[in-house]
Amino acid sequence: MQTPAPFEYERATSVEGAIATLQRIGPEARLIAGGHSLLPMMKLRLANPEFLIDINDLDELSYIDERITEIRIGALTRHHELLESELLARRAPVFRDAEEVIADPVVRNRGTIGGSLCQADAAEDLSAVCAALKANLVIRGPDGERTTGMDGFYIGPFTTAVGADEMLTEIRIPIRAGAGSAHEKVERRAGDFAIAAVSAAVWIEGGTIADAGIALGALGPTTIIVTRAETALKGKPPSEELFAEAGEIASEDCAPVADGRGPVDYKRHLANVLTVRALRRATARALQQEA
Amino acid sequence: MEVKININGHDVARDVEPRTLLVHFIRDTPGLTGTHWGCDTSNCGACVVLMDGKPVKSCTTLAAMCMGHEIRTVESLEQDGRLDPIQMGFHEKHGLHCGFCTPGMLMTTRALLDENPNPTDAEIRTAISGAICRCTGYKNIVSAVRWAAEHEAERSAMKQEA
Repeated sequence: MQTPAPFEYERATSVEGAIATLQRIGPEARLIAGGHSLLPMMKLRLANPEFLIDINDLDELSYIDERITEIRIGALTRHHELLESELLARRAPVFRDAEEVIADPVVRNRGTIGGSLCQADAAEDLSAVCAALKANLVIRGPDGERTTGMDGFYIGPFTTAVGADEMLTEIRIPIRAGAGSAHEKVERRAGDFAIAAVSAAVWIEGGTIADAGIALGALGPTTIIVTRAETALKGKPPSEELFAEAGEIASEDCAPVADGRGPVDYKRHLANVLTVRALRRATARALQQEA
Repeated sequence: MEVKININGHDVARDVEPRTLLVHFIRDTPGLTGTHWGCDTSNCGACVVLMDGKPVKSCTTLAAMCMGHEIRTVESLEQDGRLDPIQMGFHEKHGLHCGFCTPGMLMTTRALLDENPNPTDAEIRTAISGAICRCTGYKNIVSAVRWAAEHEAERSAMKQEA
């Protein structure tokens, strides 16, 4: 029987209260939301928090709101809500692409976007999604809020910029003209973590790619943002040749390791092919060739 | 800590460790052993119960997290000696062989029909993609759910006429 090691449990009634408890207990305290990453790790003793702060009652962190320049997503928003959001499907369809292949519908009833990002598993899909969309993350601590981009969020495997007495409260997705986005994933079986995954976003103005976002999942120690490929796309009209060039760069700039999901050359191949596919679909959507 | 959970309409209270998982609370405290404890890693779906009407994996949920929520287990399906149409569908269409995955399958598909009374086969297969069966085969399970959907519609039409 797998059971986590003993810990103390407290149910938070406010964000401030949760942060105060984090501050009081120190680094041995962990927030728990859906728990579908943390509890399995605790069962295996890969995580051994002495104190769990249950934030599932913090309804104020559960929302998907459209503002003029961005979409704001509360950290406690669950996967099934992201999947079912018509707003996200319209503005950032990469979310729906990814959510359809994250775990299974029952797990998606519990898991949250904040938990997914803070778990910082390189094979997790929403990290690539948010990185491609150039999301900004709102982190709250005892001294107030700060905002960080996805490029500074991951410090290492399972490690983020969120401090021991801080919590991720909101994900902000910029809204810009001419946007298209898509997620491509190859997995061993339905609902598994990726062998490789790629999120791509393009912003097309006047027939040229004004900006692009490409992020790789399961292809390195953390989610990898392929800056060199993003730069290569900028200022050029979208074409198959250009996508192929970006795919080649993704294949060179990823850092996969051989494991039960496949050898390195296979994963580099996937980085290439999935980047091309994601860019192709993202562009089609940006040009409204695809509903 | 004292954990009190409403299970199938009854409040169940017990002093447990915070690390007690919902599946063990359900099986040990009120002795409702219909909920099966399978893979323990949130993969197999044998432990699925409904939490406020939505299916969740009880092996990956702390009992403490369920205070203030309504849990429904497979034992709640039969009412007044009448099987739920889902149970009848699994009976009619041979939707179970060894039966180990069945409680989770029944609760997962009960939630599906509550939300979508007339699902396509593709929607049924998506809904049960978090529930693994290793012996019956999914074909009969899908047939069973379709049977239940068809007969549930008949039953509610009869109710409306009455």
